This record gives sequence, C-alpha cells and structure tokens, in this order.
Amino acid sequence: MNFPILSVISFIPIGTALILFMLPGDRKNLIRWVALAAAFACFSLSVLAYFSYDQDVGGYQFKEGPYPWVGALGISYHVGVDGMNLPLVLLTGVVIFTGVLISWGVDDRPREFFAFLFILATGVFGVFISLDLFQLFFFYEIAVFPMYLLIAIWGWKVTREYAAMKLTLYLFIGSVIALVGALAMYFTADMQTFDMIALQEAGFSTAFQRFWFPFVFFGFAVLGGIFPVHNWSPDGHVAAPTAVSMFHAGVLMKLGAFAALRVGIMLMPEGAKIWAPLILVLATVNVVYGALIAMVQRDFKYVIGFSSVSHMGLVMLGFATLNLKGLTGAGLQMFSHGVMTALFFAVVGMVYDRAHTREISKLGGFSKVMPLVAVAFIIGGLVSMGMPGFSGFIAEFPIFMGLWQRQPIVAIIAALGIVITASYIIRIIGRVFFGEIPKEFEGHISSINNFDRIALVLLAGILILIGVYPSVMAPLIESGANAVLALFGGA
Amino acid sequence: MDFIQDHLLSLILFSPTIAAMLVFLLPSGRVKLIRWAATLASLVPLGLAVWLWFAYDSSTSGFQFVERAEWYEAIGSSYFLGADGISVSMVLLTTLLTPLSLLISWNISDRVRTFMALFLLLETGMLGVFLSLDLLLFFVFWEVGLIPMYFLINQWGSANREYASFKFLIYTMAGSLGLLLAIQLIGVTAGTFDLLEITTKWTALDQPLQLLGLPISLSTSTVKTIAFWAFVIAFAIKVPIWPFHTWLPDAHTEAPTGGSMILAGVLLKLGAYGFLRLVLPLYPAEAKQFAVVLGLLGTLAIVLGAFASWGQNDFKRLVAYSSVNHMGFVVLGIAAAAFVQDGSQDAVIALNGAVLQMFNHGLSAAGMFLLVGVIYERTQSRDLDSYGGFFPLAPIYGGILTFTAMASLGLPGLNGFVSEFLVVRGSWPILTLFTAISMIGLLITGAYILKAIMKVLHGPLNEKWVDHPLEINRREILAVTPLMALMLWIGVWPGWILRVINDTVLRLFG
Repeated sequence: MNFPILSVISFIPIGTALILFMLPGDRKNLIRWVALAAAFACFSLSVLAYFSYDQDVGGYQFKEGPYPWVGALGISYHVGVDGMNLPLVLLTGVVIFTGVLISWGVDDRPREFFAFLFILATGVFGVFISLDLFQLFFFYEIAVFPMYLLIAIWGWKVTREYAAMKLTLYLFIGSVIALVGALAMYFTADMQTFDMIALQEAGFSTAFQRFWFPFVFFGFAVLGGIFPVHNWSPDGHVAAPTAVSMFHAGVLMKLGAFAALRVGIMLMPEGAKIWAPLILVLATVNVVYGALIAMVQRDFKYVIGFSSVSHMGLVMLGFATLNLKGLTGAGLQMFSHGVMTALFFAVVGMVYDRAHTREISKLGGFSKVMPLVAVAFIIGGLVSMGMPGFSGFIAEFPIFMGLWQRQPIVAIIAALGIVITASYIIRIIGRVFFGEIPKEFEGHISSINNFDRIALVLLAGILILIGVYPSVMAPLIESGANAVLALFGGA
Repeated sequence: MDFIQDHLLSLILFSPTIAAMLVFLLPSGRVKLIRWAATLASLVPLGLAVWLWFAYDSSTSGFQFVERAEWYEAIGSSYFLGADGISVSMVLLTTLLTPLSLLISWNISDRVRTFMALFLLLETGMLGVFLSLDLLLFFVFWEVGLIPMYFLINQWGSANREYASFKFLIYTMAGSLGLLLAIQLIGVTAGTFDLLEITTKWTALDQPLQLLGLPISLSTSTVKTIAFWAFVIAFAIKVPIWPFHTWLPDAHTEAPTGGSMILAGVLLKLGAYGFLRLVLPLYPAEAKQFAVVLGLLGTLAIVLGAFASWGQNDFKRLVAYSSVNHMGFVVLGIAAAAFVQDGSQDAVIALNGAVLQMFNHGLSAAGMFLLVGVIYERTQSRDLDSYGGFFPLAPIYGGILTFTAMASLGLPGLNGFVSEFLVVRGSWPILTLFTAISMIGLLITGAYILKAIMKVLHGPLNEKWVDHPLEINRREILAVTPLMALMLWIGVWPGWILRVINDTVLRLFG
C-alpha cells in the first residue's frame, strides 16, 4: 500500500485547523460541518488502517520514511504502526469524531475551538505513529500547548485558569525531564540518529539504563497520571469543556503511558527491569487510592476524573509486569479506558449542560428524561467495574494474570480497586439517574440531539463489541506486546 | 435440523438474548404486545430445552452437544459449551421458570419493555453458567446475570429496594472477587481455562507453584486450600449457606414477584451448581478435608433457616427464609458425597438427592413466591397478621397454596419428599450426627409451613377483606399449573428425571 495513510490521518486535522481559520467566524454551522467532515475522515481512515493491518506479517506497517528532516542532527520523519500503537490511532480517531459530534452546541467562538481541538489531534496522532524520538517530542509538545488554550478559554469558569496552568506546568516539566533522558540516550548511543528502531539496538549499558530510565519513564508517566504526580489530571478534566475532557482523559493520558512504554521501556529494557518494582508500588497506589478518592467526591465530574487515575494505574501495572499477559492487558486497557472515559465525560457534559450543576446530591432521576444517556452511563459504569461481557473485564483480566506471574500480592491488593469502583459507580448511577427528579429541573431538561445519540451509541457499541468478542483486538495487541518483549532478549 | 442439533446449546443460550433485543425494538407504548411477545419468545428456549432433554443420551459418558470456538485466545480461553445430566436438568428448570415468571409479571405496567428485556438477558446469564465448560466463560456468565437482577430489584422492587439491591450486588460481587483471583491463579498455573484440562492439571499439581514475591513462602497445598475457600465462599454466598445468607431475605422480599421466582428458583442453584461443577472436580482433596465443615454449615442452614422462617410475620420473608432451609439439604448432600468420594451407594444417593433437591426447590420456591405475589398484589400487605380466613373467600387460591405448601413441606407423594428423603438416606451413614440434627429442621419446616397456611387461609376471618376480590385469576393459574403438575409428577414417579441425574452422578466419581 503506497497511500501514506498514517501521514494523511495525522495531517488532516491540522489542515482542517488552517481551513477553519480561513472561514468567517460567524458562519457557525458551516464551521461545524467542516469540522465534522474532517473528524469523520480521520475516524474512517483510522478504522481502515486498523483493519488493513496484516497480522500475519506483523511488525511496523504503513511505514513512511525515514525521510531526513534535520539531517545534520539525525532527525528524520519516520512513521509506522504495530500492534501496540495501531489501536491507539483508532482510539484517537474515535474520540475526535465523537468529540466533535457532542460539541455541536459550542457557541462561543466555535471556529477557534474546533481549530485548537484539531491541532491537538494532530499532535496526538503524531506521537502515536512516530518512530523517531525527536519527532515524538515535537508532536508531544504540539499536543500539550492547545490544551492550555482550550481549558483556559472554554473551560469551567470557576477553576479554568488554575487548572490550565497546573496542567501545563506539570506536563511541561514532565516532558523536559523526559527530554533530558532522551538526549542522554542520543549522545551516549553516538549513532547520529534519533531513529527509535536504531536506538533499540544501541545496547546501552545497565548502569546507564539504571540511571536514565526513571527520567524518561516518569517524565512521560506524569501525563499518564501516575501517583504522586496525578494531581493535575482531575483538576484538568473537570475544568475542561466536554470534548476536551474526552480527549484529555480518553487520549492524552494514553499518550503519556504510551510514550513511557515506547521511549522508556522499549529503549531501556534493563532499566525497566530494575525499576519495575517501584512502578508496581506506585501504580497500585493509583488503583486503590484513586478509587477511594473517587468514592468521596461530591462533584460528578471529579468522580470520573479520579476514576481515570485509578484505571490508568492498571495500565502502569500491566507495563510493570513486563510479561506478555500484562502488556497485552495494558494495551487493551489503554483502548478500553480511552473509549469508556470518553463516554463518561460525554455523559457528564450532557447532564451538566442541562442541570448547570454537577453536585451529585442535587441531581436525580435523569433516566426519565434522558434514557439513552442513562443507559450509556450504565454501560460505561459496568466497563469501569470490570464487569464481564464488557471491554473492561477483557482488559483487566490479563493484567491480573500478568501480576500473578510477577507479584501475586499486588494482584490481590489491586483487586480491592474493583470493589471500591463498583460501590462508587453504583452510587452515582443511583443518585444521578434514578430516584426522584428534583423540582427545579422538572420540565426544563431538553433531550439530547441526534449527534449526541450517534456519539453515545458508537462509544458504547465499541465497549460491548470488545467485551463480547475480544479477538477483534486482543491478538493484534498481543503481537505488539510480543514485539516489546523481544527487546528483553526474547523473554 | 442438523444445524439445530449441532448448535443446540448455543441456540438455547442466545435465543433469550435475541428475544430481548427484539422486544426492545417494539414501541414502548404497546404494553400488551410487549408482554405477549416476551412471553411467547421465552417459549423458544423452553422448546429447545425440551428437545435437549430428549436428545440427551444419559447412558454415554462425558459432555454432550459440545461446542467449541475461539473466543479469547490471548489468555487461552475459548467458547466451550457442553452438557451433562446435571446441566440438562438445570437448563430445563431455568427455561421453564422464565416463561412462567414473565407471565406472572404481566401485572407490571411501569417500563414493561425494559423489564421484559432485562429478564430475558438474565435468562442468558443463568443458562451460560450451566452450560460453560470454560472456567473464564463460566465466570463471565456468573457475573453477567447479576446486572439484570440488580436492576430488576432496584427499579421494580418494593419499598426497601435500594438497600436490598445494593446489598445483593455488593455481597455477590465481594464473593466473586476471591473467585476471580482464584480463577486467575488457576489460569496462570494451568495455562488454559478449559475445564476438562484444568481438572487433570490442577488436581495433579504438587510441585511448588512459581509464585514469586509472596511475603511468606506457601506450600502448594496451602495455596490450593486458600483457592478452595475462595471458590467455596463465592458459591456459599449464592446458595446461600449459613452464615452468608443475610442478603437473601432482603433481596427476595423486595424483588418483584417474577424476580423472586427466578431468584429463588434458579439463581440460588447457580451456587450449588458451582459446587458440583467446579469445587468437587477441582478440589477433591480439599473437599474431602473440609466436608465436615460444609456439612455443619449445611445443617445449621437447615435448622436455623427453619427457625428464622418460623419467626417471620412477613409472608414473603417467611418464604425467603425457607429457601435457606431447603438449600441446606443440597449442601448436606454435597458435603456427604465429598466426604467419602468413593462412589459408594450412600454417596451416590446423597448426591442424587442434592441435585434433585435443586430442581425441586426451584419448582416449589417459585410456586410459593408466585402465590405470595398473588396475595400481595390484592391486599398490598405482606403481614401475616393482616390476613386470616381467606379460604372461603378464595377457594381456588386456597387449594393451590395448600398444595404448593405441602410440596415445600415435604409431604410424601409430592416432589420435596423424594429429594429430601434421598439426601437424608444418603447422608445418614456418612454424616450421621448432622443428618440427625437436620431432622429438627425438618420438624420446624412443618411448623412454619403450617403457620403460614393457618394465618393466611384459616383462623378468624379478617372482616376487612370480605368484599375484596382475592381470588387468583386465570393468568396466574396458568402460570402455577405447570409447577404443580411437575411437583406431583416427580413426587409420584421421580424415575424420569432421576435416571438422567443418576447416570451423571455415578460418573462424577469416575
């Protein structure tokens, strides 16, 4: 296939952003339709790429490059996908499409809103497909910057400035630390290249890896929300407008986790072995502590924000097992959590837009006025609890099996997170969607529009599809996990 | 025809799901149409189950109608179904009770469509447990059934439903957590979830487990014992065995009538089935070692369940506690068989009794909850003291209630007697003391059943109800008739079902 599908997917958004800026700002419907068309194109192309990947061949496919970019420094444009990042490309396609769908009602400067959202999407796509370390950092920063504007301008008025600042500082500091580690690799390898496939063969000494691994891994893991540097994420989620929260929790946190895997674990496997116990401990705290904090929140959106912290802990746990089951589960969890949390934030947004409050105690009875939204939230909740038949179970089960092989005690402790999650999800479903609808809302709650419906059905459908038929994704991710493990001397 | 024969189990399993989806496509306002459609659609799995019953050849060993397909290869789990005599009878029970419960739920008028669809989904979940031969698949269906049941109680239950449904869900999920961890451990150790393979690999396992990082080094037998208890507790909560039964009175009492019927009729059997399908084959040594503990708990369930039931003044709660009492016999029979494990006549009889008791309790508990529902719907009261002298006011209802109550009491000639007798006969030589103590329970069973009949049907007439229509209607009679017919049939001639159960039980001990 000579069609450069990956480049097209990642540059459609930024091209769209440029087109949007050229459109007159008051033609709001035109802007929305252009945005929707572009998002749909990204979505369909990522689906196409997902299903045309040849699993029998494996390895990096749809490769482009390396084309010299800054030749003198060994920086090139080099992209390709394998079993680990292809699902994430699909995830990004899904989230950008549904994110635009549910943002139909954004009325404040939609042109700029969608343009920044698309710039963000380019950054995210770019990171997932990068095979060049410098290029990865380049796109990483492209993804972080529009986030600041999106939150600070369109966010929740009460905390948006604080949250945007906090998020940006955390992420920049994280990425600077990671960059230091990356530069150390570049100079030590002394191969005049940033190409990650070449760097995989660099053979860094164990002492080097022991020292530099934490820089790279934890630098990126900040964006993955690892304890104790997870603090930016609930604040950021809550302050962001709905589509941005979806992007933020659904995709951006995966960006951190993926980069930690791609640059940290895959380039310095020895370092990963040495530091894995610490990651296990921190990620276990994520899982259990995150769930406990979620349980005591009074704000609907904060519950979901902290639940993301808890669930991303499972991804990190899967990484830290450094075995096939754990990594496969982590890959599945990244996808599953991305879709699930996008669904959650979409629902929260729909409720908030109508009730103008997120205080759980003031909500109630919403299943009567928005039955589809209630069903969607319940499905997301079941995924979150790890209920069999939904994607969460499919993702968590191998992670736990991987943990049993590596550190059984962690499996047992982390399993507590499941019960805690069940209790807060059940509580929210009961409080927000059932019971009596408060007097002040009666007759004031408008139903959702068809764009919202498509988005909810698509997201919920994916969660069920993977839950019922895991083979649609698991073998692909397993092949990616095998490729990661091959770097550990065929472990 | 060949297609049906080859995929019989899958068809039974998923026809309720398909029915649920079709029901959901109907316009929500057409309540009558929805009721008819759901009830008629639920006859499809029943028809297929009857087909299965006759096509099943009990004389050949091993699982029949086996189906296997790739499902979740990455962790070694497959879609693997099969049936033996125990699962065939449980499938028959499930598919029989579902249409009857749906029929009795015609009085529901709030969100009928969702109610019916959830009920049909619940049926798939329960059937899946009985048909799975893959450990992971078993767990999937085990948990999947929880969700519809939770919403049936939570949304359509009576006053205290929130508390009851939450308690039900958290109890069962907490119990499943240990089960989940133990299943993961087994999966990691055996490298597969195929139940037949695991049975040989896991039971033969005696070299130290490669479990790194446990703070203390545990021997293989200790690990197995812990895993054994994880399984036992999960199933014990579901059965429920004393002292894990406290969720049951709340859930059963608050659930809508159809929900209570299925809850008592089938859901409790899932736990007992877990003992038979998983605990005995996977942990023969541990089961033998702890059989006495199980037997003791079963006996306590019989005795204390009966006393608790006797003490109730709430009709539905009384029937709910009677389930604890009756399921105790199932546990006692299983414990006796686990204790000897030698295929001796006593063990076989006890286990036969236990399986038949599962079936019988399914019939009588469903019948009793149905009848409680009938009277509750008319009086809006469950308080036994508010009734009185209903026999002359509702003679047909009185007759049916007496009949069903007698089956529950264990009157010879009706089904309950046969299975309880078998359990007692089989357990007596093995666990003599427990069996003797359980006789107290049997005595009290008579007391609480008679108390209920007396308070409802006899005694001074409560004048309040004189001009109140109390008689059972035709739809409800239609729902209860098949149950009564089976109670009588099994009571008079249990051979038709015991033959199938016995052939499987004999093979359970190799």
